[in-house]
Amino acid sequence: MDWMKFAYAALIVALLIFIFPAAKYWLKNSPKAERGDWQAFLLPISLVILFVVGLMWIVGQ
Amino acid sequence: MNDPRLQMGSVSQASVLATNKVLRNTYALLSVTLIFSALMAALSTVLHVGHGTSLICSFAALALIWFVLPRTAESAAGIAVVFAFTGLLGFGLGPVLNFYLNMTHGAQAIATSLGGTAVVFIGLSGYALTTQRDFSFLGGFLFAGLMVVLLAALAGIFLNMPGLWLAINAAVILIFSGFILFDTSRIIHGGVTNYIIATTSIYLSIYNIFISLLHLLGAAGND
Repeated sequence: MDWMKFAYAALIVALLIFIFPAAKYWLKNSPKAERGDWQAFLLPISLVILFVVGLMWIVGQ
Repeated sequence: MNDPRLQMGSVSQASVLATNKVLRNTYALLSVTLIFSALMAALSTVLHVGHGTSLICSFAALALIWFVLPRTAESAAGIAVVFAFTGLLGFGLGPVLNFYLNMTHGAQAIATSLGGTAVVFIGLSGYALTTQRDFSFLGGFLFAGLMVVLLAALAGIFLNMPGLWLAINAAVILIFSGFILFDTSRIIHGGVTNYIIATTSIYLSIYNIFISLLHLLGAAGND
């Protein structure tokens, strides 16, 4: 139904407007990453990726 | 008592105690709201709630978090608002859960998504708590990523590209995994001192990871 598509689109636009001030604040005021910070972030995120791929593989069997 | 080292020690101890209190309250409220949300999701599944009702619940939840929560977060009324917010989002899950329950391996996909979300949340929270690292440097990156994902989702509504939806769901899992690290480290380092706000943020991460994982597992099971 077309009206549902537009309603979902309106919800996403509302979410964008809601998030925008926080996004603007953090883009301006995020502290700079120190040595090793990105590695400390990428390590658990890589494990999450492996875990999700593993789950998809198991469900796909 | 006038020894500055003793004063520094007591200030630091008070700060640790305050942080532990916020953490304890956040996890207590989070666990209760997750149970409440699951009960509301079960209720809407049994009632066979339609997509229109689900959409209204999402709009109402957004209105609560946008206009009501900022005014009530410092009072006991904030707890009622968090319950209303999580209850509405849980109730809005009905159509998605019914869609998967009607599929061959749908129940398995839902159970696996629940378990998978729990593993991701416990693993990432445990990592942030044990390393004590400050992940606030991720703020700009995560919010910018979220804006991009929302814009892609907006385009996806009208483009009808299944590949794009899979990519969006994968990105949502990664971004909200980052938000779990970010929010937990903000509590640890005193960036968030209000457990109602902290609960809402972490609940949203868990909710979005669950939905996106469910869509990915549904796609992997050809549902």
